[in-house]
Amino acid sequence: MADLTRDDVAHLAGLARIDLSDAELDRMVGELGVILESVATVQQAPIADVEPMSHPLPLVNVTRPDVVRPSLTPQEALSGAPESEQQRFSVPRILDEE
Amino acid sequence: MTTDLTRATAAELADLLGAGSVSSREVTRALLDRTTAVDGVVRSYLHVDEDGALAAADDVDRRRAAGEGLHALAGVPIAVKDVMATRGLPTTCGSRILEGWVPPYDATVVRRLREAGMPILGKTNMDEFAMGSSTEHSAFGPSHNPWDLDRIPGGSGGGSSSVVASFQAPLAIGTDTGGSIRQPAAVTGTVGTKPTYGGVSRYGLVALASSLDQAGPCSRTVLDSALLHEVIAGHDPMDSTSVDAPVPAVVEAARRADVSGMRIGIVRELTGEGFQPGVQARFDEAVQHLVDAGAEVVEVSCPSFTYALAAYYLILPSEASSNLAKFDAMRYGMRVTPDGVDAPSAEQVMAATRDAGFGDEVKRRIILGTYALSSGYYDAYYGSAQKVRRLIANDFAAAFETADVLVTPTAPTTAFRLGDKLDDPMSMYLNDIATIPANLAGIPGLSLPSGLADEDGLPAGFQVLAPAMVDDRLYSVGAALEARLAAAWGGPLLDRAPDLTEVSR
Repeated sequence: MADLTRDDVAHLAGLARIDLSDAELDRMVGELGVILESVATVQQAPIADVEPMSHPLPLVNVTRPDVVRPSLTPQEALSGAPESEQQRFSVPRILDEE
Repeated sequence: MTTDLTRATAAELADLLGAGSVSSREVTRALLDRTTAVDGVVRSYLHVDEDGALAAADDVDRRRAAGEGLHALAGVPIAVKDVMATRGLPTTCGSRILEGWVPPYDATVVRRLREAGMPILGKTNMDEFAMGSSTEHSAFGPSHNPWDLDRIPGGSGGGSSSVVASFQAPLAIGTDTGGSIRQPAAVTGTVGTKPTYGGVSRYGLVALASSLDQAGPCSRTVLDSALLHEVIAGHDPMDSTSVDAPVPAVVEAARRADVSGMRIGIVRELTGEGFQPGVQARFDEAVQHLVDAGAEVVEVSCPSFTYALAAYYLILPSEASSNLAKFDAMRYGMRVTPDGVDAPSAEQVMAATRDAGFGDEVKRRIILGTYALSSGYYDAYYGSAQKVRRLIANDFAAAFETADVLVTPTAPTTAFRLGDKLDDPMSMYLNDIATIPANLAGIPGLSLPSGLADEDGLPAGFQVLAPAMVDDRLYSVGAALEARLAAAWGGPLLDRAPDLTEVSR
């Protein structure tokens, strides 16, 4: 299961939205293979009838009254934006041409 | 009490400030001057806020002069790991992708520091997005260990540990996802506490793995950690995972420093093989000190710990791959336009930005997490890891039926040399073997110095673990051991560290 190919890593990088160079892909195939082989040992643990635990606390939904409170100004909210105009985030085109 | 303000503990500074013997400006100035003298070689800070720290100090001094009732630590300066949002101060998380970002708000921890009147000296260096055990994964270069500048100060909070160990700050804030407060404390001869998960708000903390991350104190003494713990802990409505329960009486416990009748559990799986002989020897001596102080030693077994590292390195990347999706070049941070693409799409910009902005370790973990969560592999990897997590929590629960606290060496070795493990991720990951189980189960842990290893003369760490929300017990045990060790050594361990001022000239 841990024999990850270069194509697999390229596919995963695509899913993760990271453009990896050819050199990065080559290096990462080897590194991820070693790591995956090691972490795959979780399957050898006696986990057959064990309830998964996703979080250390029993989580409950937290709500608050729906009332207006002070918040960031538009200027503050946009202060870290790479580009903005008319009090909005300015982003590259989202839809393809076809 | 020392007259050198940079070497005074936070508790000593609080007394001096309260008595009016010294001003916060004098203390802050002394620490900033120390930074000017030594940080060129230690490189603890990514950003020093001289003006902001002095202004906060002046404000406290003015309020004290006016007779206002102030917090016990008012006027005591502090450094903050660059993973916490600080209004008006750059916050990079050790990453190029956030270079130059200035948050418009404060993390809850930072807000509480400011409300207590603690001047913030600056932001400390860290592994990028807290991924690492050496601070070598910082995009801005590593921090160095004040005991030996060729060695790592631990990670990911190496800036926070080294700033305290090199007397540039009496206190610092760290975050601990798999040991990033405790392991840096161990290798720099300082004290670090990971509170119970949910005991300190994560609001405004740039998340690595949300079910594991916990902010906490870095200091030079156990009492100082307790004092800071009390400032930052407590329920926060801004964090839905924040525990709504009273903060354990940690300061009282640190002052009491009593272990008589306490059952100290030694974890069989976290001792002996794989631990450096000098680290193990200091651990054994420390246990004997606790016995001399009236504690009883019991051996406990936690068989599932064998799988803890593997489970952690599946759960962490899975959560990280999700958390780091927000770095999409749209709302804040870096934006890179791909070469040779006419009118690139948002998706192309995102992919180019994340390639340019993230370092190797971050990319590695995001892709590992993407794989572990992907259809067809989810049950084999992430699902199995979650089940192992349950087994580890069960092991702790059983151990705490036999023992009041568990103790282990904090890290298996003393500080390794910079560069030694950079090309071997698994070897780097192994350094967290004794700290990771606590994060998976959500329980609190504290590391304090146990002495210097014979092989290399470098600090070793002693870890104390307690059940969830019983953080006070860490401080009772830690303070009792610290007092006995200091008596045996004839003073604090850090007095033996190089002064660094000669080096930096």
